[in-house]
Amino acid sequence: MTTTVERKNVEGASTAPESLTVVSNKKVTAVRVEHLDAWYGQHHAISGITFDIPASAVTAVIGPSGCGKSTLVRCLNRMHEVTPGAYARGGVFIGDTDVYSPYADPVAVRSMVGMVFQKANPFPMMSVYDNVAAGPRLRGWKLSRRQTDELVERNLRRAALWDEVKDKLHRSGAALSGGQQQRLCIARALATDPSVLLMDEPCSALDPIATYRIEELIDELARGVTIVVVTHNMQQASRVSEHTAFMLAGDDGVGRLVEFGRTEDLFTAPKDDRTEAYITGRFG
Amino acid sequence: MTVGSRTLVLATIPERHRVTSRRRVVERLIVSLLALATLASVALLLIILGYVVAQGLPAINVDFFTQRPRPVGEVGGGVQPALVGTLVLAAVSGVIAIPVGIAAAIFVVEYRTGRFATPVRFAAELIAGLPSIVIGVFVWAFLVRGLIGHFAALAGAVSLAVIMVPIVARTVEEVLRLVPNSLREAALALGAPRWKVIMRVVLPTARAGVITAAVLALARSAGETAPLLLTALGNDFFSTDLLRPIGALPLQIYRYAVSPYDDWHTKAWGASLVLVLVIGAIGLLLRVVARQRVN
Amino acid sequence: MLVPLTLAAIALLIVIDSWPSLSRFGLSYFTTSVWDPVHLVFGAAAYVYGTIVTTLVAVVLATPVALGASIFLTEFAPRRIRGPVAYLIEILAYIPSIVYGLWAIFVMVPVMRDRVEPALQGSLGKVPVIGQLFSGTPVGLDLLSGGVVLAIMILPILTAVSREVLLAVPPTQREAMIGLGATRWEAVSLAVLPYARPGIIGGIVLGVARAFGETMAVTMVVGNSSRDISGSLFVPGYTMASAIANQFVEADSELYFSAIVEVALLLLLVAIVVNTIARYLIRRSIADRPQGAVV
Repeated sequence: MTTTVERKNVEGASTAPESLTVVSNKKVTAVRVEHLDAWYGQHHAISGITFDIPASAVTAVIGPSGCGKSTLVRCLNRMHEVTPGAYARGGVFIGDTDVYSPYADPVAVRSMVGMVFQKANPFPMMSVYDNVAAGPRLRGWKLSRRQTDELVERNLRRAALWDEVKDKLHRSGAALSGGQQQRLCIARALATDPSVLLMDEPCSALDPIATYRIEELIDELARGVTIVVVTHNMQQASRVSEHTAFMLAGDDGVGRLVEFGRTEDLFTAPKDDRTEAYITGRFG
Repeated sequence: MTVGSRTLVLATIPERHRVTSRRRVVERLIVSLLALATLASVALLLIILGYVVAQGLPAINVDFFTQRPRPVGEVGGGVQPALVGTLVLAAVSGVIAIPVGIAAAIFVVEYRTGRFATPVRFAAELIAGLPSIVIGVFVWAFLVRGLIGHFAALAGAVSLAVIMVPIVARTVEEVLRLVPNSLREAALALGAPRWKVIMRVVLPTARAGVITAAVLALARSAGETAPLLLTALGNDFFSTDLLRPIGALPLQIYRYAVSPYDDWHTKAWGASLVLVLVIGAIGLLLRVVARQRVN
Repeated sequence: MLVPLTLAAIALLIVIDSWPSLSRFGLSYFTTSVWDPVHLVFGAAAYVYGTIVTTLVAVVLATPVALGASIFLTEFAPRRIRGPVAYLIEILAYIPSIVYGLWAIFVMVPVMRDRVEPALQGSLGKVPVIGQLFSGTPVGLDLLSGGVVLAIMILPILTAVSREVLLAVPPTQREAMIGLGATRWEAVSLAVLPYARPGIIGGIVLGVARAFGETMAVTMVVGNSSRDISGSLFVPGYTMASAIANQFVEADSELYFSAIVEVALLLLLVAIVVNTIARYLIRRSIADRPQGAVV
C-alpha cells in the first residue's frame, strides 16, 4: 500500500537530510517506518505501521479521533515513551540512524527532530530571543553573541515572525498572540537545525487567519526541512501536503495505516473504501 | 532492527545533535544528589523516631501512667497528673474551639455574600500563622493577668482553643465546599430556611470531614507547649480544677528535659513516646477512615 | 458566633499593643542589647539578632535539602515510591516541637559539640572571612544548634510546598524542553524550576515564618545566656521567642514585663507581615499562572 514518490531535486539547503537513495532513482526518503507498534501500558494504540516519509516535502497524517495519528508521530522522535507506561516497538530510521536501536540515545534523537505541539508552549520565563536560542544553547553549541543574534533572526524570519517581534525580542515569550506564539515555537524548533520537523495539529487552537499564515509557512519551510503534519482537518491536509497517510482504528481499538500516497491521488481516487468513506464525510 | 555496536549507532547522529558526555555526567551527578537529599530527609525522620522509641520505652510502666511525680531527686513515680491535664485541656479547648471553628467555616461557605466573609477568613489565616508563644502572651494578658488573676487551666484551654480554631475552620471549610450544591438547592427549593438546610442537610453530609477536622486540631493542640507555659503553668498534683494551674504532657517533658536528673530525662522520653504514639495513632486512624470513605 | 473571630484577631493585636506602651524606650529598644532587670534597662537587639541568625542558618540548611527532595520526588523517583516517601517526610511536620527539642538537647547537641563544630572550626574556620562564624569554643548549646533544629523543623513544610508548586507546573513546559532534546534534569532546571520559582520562594518565606515563631525546640538548645552580638555561631544566644518563654514567668517588675511583651509585639508584627507575603506568593503560583508575564 505504500507509494514512494518521485520528488524534484532537493535544493541546496544547508539542512539537506541524509538520504537513503539509489542515485539514479532520485527517490529521497527522510524517514523510513517499518512495522511500528506502540502501547500505552496495556492499551495497544497502533500496529504495523509501515511507510516511507519523503524528504523535503510535507506529509500529512489524517484520520478520525483516536486513530493513533498523534501517537505515530510522537513515536518518530521517541516522545511517546515520555508518557509513563508508554513504549514502542519497531523500526524508525531517520537517515542512517536507527531510532529504536537499544544503543540509541532518545535525547539525541529528539535533538535531531523538531517538534511543534498542539497548543503553543513558549517558555514564559524566557524572552522571545531566549526561546529561539534555547535549543542551540541546550546542545552546547558554542556561539558568539553575534552568531546567536543571527541565528535568532534567521529562524524568526523562517517562521515569518521576525517583522512582528523584532522590537520585542526581550519581552516574554508568552506576551504574544496565539498565532505568534505558535510561530515562535516553530522558530524555536527550527533553530536546532533538525532534519525532520513534526507538527502535531499545530493549528487546532488558532483562528482561521493565524491558521492560514502557518499553512503558508509550512509550504515554504518544506523546501529545506522534511515536515510531517498531523491534522484532523482534511482540507488542511489537501492544501498543505504532497503526501498523505490515512489511519483508522479497527474494531479492536488498534490504529492502523489504511492508505498512504500522494495527496492528490488519495483525495481524488482513494484506493481503499474506508479512505473514501472518511473523505466523503461518512464518518469521523 | 539494525544490530550494531553503540558507537556505530551514535555515529550516525549528526555531530551537532550529539549529546556531550558532559551533559550525561551532570545529569547523573545531580540526580544522585537529589536522591541523597531525599534519603537524608527520610533518614532524619527515622532517626528521631528511633531515638524516641529507644529512649522512651524504658520509662513506660504502670507507675508511669498512674502515679504522680516523686519529690525532686527521687526515682520513680509517674506523669499521671500531666496525662490527666492533657486530657482535660483537650476536652475544654475542644468544646470551645470546635463549635466556633465550624461556625466560622459555615459562615464563610454558606453565607458567602456579605462583607464579613473575607475578613473572617483573613483573620483566621492570620491567627493560624502566629507564633504560639504570642498567643500565650495574649491569653496571659487577657485571662491570667486580667479576668482570672492567676495561672489556670481555663487560660491554658483558651490559648489552645485560639490555636485550634483556624485549623478547624480551614478544614471544615474545605469539607463544606465539597458538599454538592445540588443538595443545598434541593432542600431550599422545598422551602426550608437557610439555617435548617445547613443543620439538617449540609452538616450531616460533611460529618466525617468535620470529625476529621476536630480530631486533627485536637492532635495538634496536644503537642503545644509554649502557650501553656504562660497560662496553665503546670501542676505536679492531680487536678481537674479549671481555675487552678494544671499539668500537661508537653509541659512535663519540658521541665524534665531541662532538669539535671537522669530519671527525669528518661521520663521525658517516655512522655514523648506517648505523645508521638497518640498523635500517630490519630493520624493513621484518620487516613484509614478517609480511604474508606472514598471506596 | 461569627464575628468574634474577626474581633478576636483584632483584640489580639490591640491588647498586646497596650501593655508594652508602658515602657517606651523608643527606638533604642531595638539597638541596645543591654538587658538589665535590676537596673531596668532593656534592649532587645540581641534577641532580634539571634532570631535572624538562627532563621538564616535554618533556611540555608533546609532549602537545598527540601528542594532537592521535592524535585526528586516529582521528577525522578520511581513512580511507586513517590507518594509514600512524600508522606514520610510530611510526618516530620506532625512531631510536636517539644519532642524535637528533647531529641535535640540529648542527641543533637552532643554531636554538634563533640563532632560537628570542631570539624567546622578545623576546616571552614581557617577561611578568612567565613572563619569568624566558627570561632570560639564549641559549646553545643549555641546559635548554630538553634539554627540546625529549626532547619529540621521547617524541612517538611518546605518540601511539601515545593512539591505542590512543582506539580502545578503545566506538563507542556516540560514537554517542550524534552522535545527540544533536553535531558530530564535539563528540562527541570530550564523549564520547570524557573516557572515554579515564585511559589518556591513563597514556601521559603513560609518556612521563615515558622522558624521565627518556633519556641520550644529552639529554647532548649540555643543557650539562653549570652547577649553579646559577636560574629560567631558557636555562641549561646536568644531568639525573640525563646527570650519570652524563658523570662516571662520570672519577670518581677512592671517594666520588665512590658519589655518582654514588647518583644512579643515585635514577633507578632513580623509574623503577620511574613505570613501574608508567603501566602500571597504561594497562592499566585498554584492558581493559574498569569500569561504574558514580562521577563
